[in-house]
Amino acid sequence: MTLLEIRDLNVNYGHIEAIRGISFSVEEGTITTLIGANGAGKTTTLKTISGLRKVHSGSVFFDGKDITNAKPYERVKMGLTQSPEGRRCFPGMTVMENLEMGALLRKDRRSAAYREDLERVFGLFPRLQERVKQAAGTMSGGEQQMLAMGRALMARPRLVLLDEPSMGLAPKLIRQIFSIVDEIKAQGTTVLLVEQNANQALKRSDVAHVLETGKIVRSGPGEKLAADPAVKAAYLGGDV
Amino acid sequence: MNNIISGLRARLAPVADRVGTALEPVGRVLGMKSVKYPLRTVGVLLIYALPILHLPLINTENSDFSGVLFTVGTYVLVALGLNIVIGYAGLLDLGYVGFYAVGAYTVGVVTSEHGQWPFFLALPLALVVTMASGVLLGAPTLRVRGDYLAIVTMGFGEIIRIVARNTDWLGGAGGINSIPSPPDIGPEEGLFQIPHLSWQYGYPTIDDRVTKVLHFGVLDATPYFWMILTTIILVICADMLIKNSRVGRAWEATREDEDVAELMGVPTFKFKLLAFAMGACIGGLAGAMYATRVGFINPPSFPLMLSLLFVAAVVIGGAGNRWGAILGAVIVAYLPERFREFADWRLLVFGIALIVIVSFRTQGLFPGRQKKRVAQAEKEVQKLEEGAEIV
Repeated sequence: MTLLEIRDLNVNYGHIEAIRGISFSVEEGTITTLIGANGAGKTTTLKTISGLRKVHSGSVFFDGKDITNAKPYERVKMGLTQSPEGRRCFPGMTVMENLEMGALLRKDRRSAAYREDLERVFGLFPRLQERVKQAAGTMSGGEQQMLAMGRALMARPRLVLLDEPSMGLAPKLIRQIFSIVDEIKAQGTTVLLVEQNANQALKRSDVAHVLETGKIVRSGPGEKLAADPAVKAAYLGGDV
Repeated sequence: MNNIISGLRARLAPVADRVGTALEPVGRVLGMKSVKYPLRTVGVLLIYALPILHLPLINTENSDFSGVLFTVGTYVLVALGLNIVIGYAGLLDLGYVGFYAVGAYTVGVVTSEHGQWPFFLALPLALVVTMASGVLLGAPTLRVRGDYLAIVTMGFGEIIRIVARNTDWLGGAGGINSIPSPPDIGPEEGLFQIPHLSWQYGYPTIDDRVTKVLHFGVLDATPYFWMILTTIILVICADMLIKNSRVGRAWEATREDEDVAELMGVPTFKFKLLAFAMGACIGGLAGAMYATRVGFINPPSFPLMLSLLFVAAVVIGGAGNRWGAILGAVIVAYLPERFREFADWRLLVFGIALIVIVSFRTQGLFPGRQKKRVAQAEKEVQKLEEGAEIV
């Protein structure tokens, strides 16, 4: 079933066209990846999907409903959350408070379902459980990335947008983060991933799209794209 | 400065503990589990008693002590309101005096200039009007951020003052006079009377001055102080409830990172507007009480300088922490009155004190928990980075 559908999307920054007529869809229970160089429009696409940027033309459908003009909080309520680029945890809040922020719109904080989701996040990221009372700003980059992802999962989303989760992390941590992305999918949450680390991302994505200056230039199953000579030449330097 | 304060805290903590332990048997006899709350009650009662105790050193010899306490009370109330706007929601408002003026003028208009409403009816109206003015100012301006918002709000403060000066309906440049005091409650001689103390050579004697309880005269400011103190306590209670609620957390997130707050599902604009309206409402409350106490308001009563003093109070005390904001207000309002004998030096000393405070305690005297943590985190990161360079 199609969970998210983008139709002929155009997004502008002033006179600059950041996204020029892209269309793609995300099937429920899959990992879909957008790869591309800096400035290709990956983050802009995600921001448009989560409602932080307005569209110029085109439309966004989530679960069959038109959310093109929905407010970000309405999208969160529908089950669409994002872990932003550069992590952006609330530095002065503790790990637990950050996770609670992710669940701000939930009204079932004392319920078993909430506990369960918290356990699920701690299961994915045991490191967070060890540090529940630590201020997020004092944690390492990798830990903050885990926190940002955990925070996005606390709203019990159906689709989670991950914006460059591997950015600035050590290779060992990158592998760990990607295997957690697999696990998130296995637990039934659909993932839309944006990455510069194309190799790792393509390996595990069901569908991938290559963005270049605001357009999708190639699409296909992740494995297939990873083997594509043009993609290889452009995005897959050395193995990480 | 840091050391002095932490040293003081370290030295005072055992004393407080000892007092606590000493009082514990008393508490046990009375069947109380902790002496914390009774101690607080005693503290609050002591503050209520301040204007009749006239304690040496604290007392202001050259100006009416109750009057000074009332002024301090208005500043505290204003600081509590402004702390919601600046401290919780992170919106720098440099025109807060505008709301204070709107509150005062609302009371002036309906109780004196164009009506004979009793004060306690005018007060809720003042709240509604200031809240509405907060929404009116906030709706178009809260879309701009940071410094721009500061400039726009500063303009608002000035606009209110200038409009008041040029509107005859609001009394024009002459202002509004003979604003009545709140109606007395109880009989002519007051419900009961409380004598004041006076001190000579360190010994208290009972004075012939008396305060009539709930009797709002012109000369004695003590009942007004009690009125505003009660209001302050109520506002503090409301503030605690809100700060610890979903709303408080949404403000925290909005202040720290607006985009991410949106991603968490916070409609940030609505929450900023709410903070603005609530802050305006409390500022208006303070203005209304000021108007009924002094009985006369005119446009120069609400200068830009007052806005800056209000912001100074919140920032000195530590934005984001209500107790810090209260302390800041006490410093800004009380110290200049207490040391009036250095009147010529007043502003200079005050300026130096401000510079000392902000340069040694950059987060204010008692910063909020959040800000402390962020500063701590930044320090640690910096330390790590410096360490990396050496290696």
